[in-house]
Amino acid sequence: MIKIEKLDKFFGSKQVLTQVSADIQDNEVICIIGPSGSGKSTFLRCMNALEKADNGRIEVDGFEVHSPKVNLDELRTHVGMVFQRFNLFPHMTALRNICLAPEQIKSLSKSESEKLGRELLERVGLADKADAYPHELSGGQQQRVAIARALAMNPKVLLFDEPTSALDPEMVGEVLDVIKSLAHSGRTMVIVTHEMGFAERVSDRVFFMDEGQIVERGTPKEIFYESKAERTKAFLSKIM
Amino acid sequence: MFSWFRTDIIVEYWPLFLQGLWTTLELTAIGIGVGTVLGLLLGLGKVSQVEHGPWRWPVLLFIRWPSTLYVTFVRGTPLFVQILLIHFAIVPLLIHPSEGLLIQGDVALYLKREYGAFISGALALSLNAAAYIAEIFRAGIQSIDRGQFEASRSLGMSYYQTMKNIIVPQAFRRMLPPLGNEAITLLKDSSLVSAIGLAELAYAARTAAGAYARYWEPYLFISFVYLLITLALTYGVNFLERKYKPL
Repeated sequence: MIKIEKLDKFFGSKQVLTQVSADIQDNEVICIIGPSGSGKSTFLRCMNALEKADNGRIEVDGFEVHSPKVNLDELRTHVGMVFQRFNLFPHMTALRNICLAPEQIKSLSKSESEKLGRELLERVGLADKADAYPHELSGGQQQRVAIARALAMNPKVLLFDEPTSALDPEMVGEVLDVIKSLAHSGRTMVIVTHEMGFAERVSDRVFFMDEGQIVERGTPKEIFYESKAERTKAFLSKIM
Repeated sequence: MFSWFRTDIIVEYWPLFLQGLWTTLELTAIGIGVGTVLGLLLGLGKVSQVEHGPWRWPVLLFIRWPSTLYVTFVRGTPLFVQILLIHFAIVPLLIHPSEGLLIQGDVALYLKREYGAFISGALALSLNAAAYIAEIFRAGIQSIDRGQFEASRSLGMSYYQTMKNIIVPQAFRRMLPPLGNEAITLLKDSSLVSAIGLAELAYAARTAAGAYARYWEPYLFISFVYLLITLALTYGVNFLERKYKPL
């Protein structure tokens, strides 16, 4: 589903990704862990071209992401994204946040899109919050709406950029539960996270990133209990 | 106490003042309306950007830079000079009985005779307001969190759909206070078009003043009228601000 070859990315003169390569299979759930500033988010954002890599290639669902000819709008309907800070549209209700893209892009009628929107809200446990504005919702609720919004285009790939990092601790659980319920439901998921317990339970494979490289990759068991790289061990011992 | 104030001058020139008030209101309304539409386009032009791909340079060359150039020129020159330039140089170039680039012949003659100063005045005020409103739009658009843009684009919505549905509606709420200021400025600046003989409020006052060599009455009177309209505009903008609170 996702094929990444020798990606380089610079911010000014600082190299944030160095020759990163990865293959992610259909329906696979990948968690990317690592210290802050290790390039995890940048790597993720390259996958839907929110960042443009300087070298290398990325193929997502058959789209050559950094080709000048690629239709980015179409690619992005296949790749949903959930942000650390939710980024809900504050001037719209929860339901309208979800319905907007299907109406604009797939030309769904208002009744069709709202039916879809209500189904998705139900799925994230917020059926009663359809008419609430984002500022009336808690952080956890906002993030669940954001997940429903990302699902509205029925993407084949879902990218999560530290989805629980901006949440109060008591709200982390409800968001992780929703993400877990989506895993292995016919979607490829790539999740940048600091929640190690969650990463261990939900992912098929874990990538450990440090200093712009994937230092180690493997099953949760291999990374969390049998890691071979010193940097992985040092990182895990610090946070576990 | 106010016995020195010769109300009869105002009364005698009442029709001219009334016509002047109407012209001032028309100029202000046109200036704000046309200026807002043009200003939105210019403001969007100033922030337009294609980060990569074949459209990058055409967008810079034909949209972004001309918008910036226009705004810089208009904001960097006096409105008074712009009015004269438009009335005596640009409009005759476009509308002229024999060699107008846009309109020629009898229609040009008629327009020039009947509406010459009004066309120039309205055009000058609209073009001037557009530049200031463009800056208001640009600031409003750039004040919206980048995450909003990214969230919208990541759903697959185009640049245009994102601007229309996400960025501009949010920016608009933040722009209401400065837009209100611009409307008030425009109302007062419209007095400058009296220089090209357009019979608005200031022109009416000048006429009355000239006839009687009395300056207190006409100018005090129109000051009061401007003040009243300004207060009305302020009230209207406050109402809109309450209705469309920034989020």
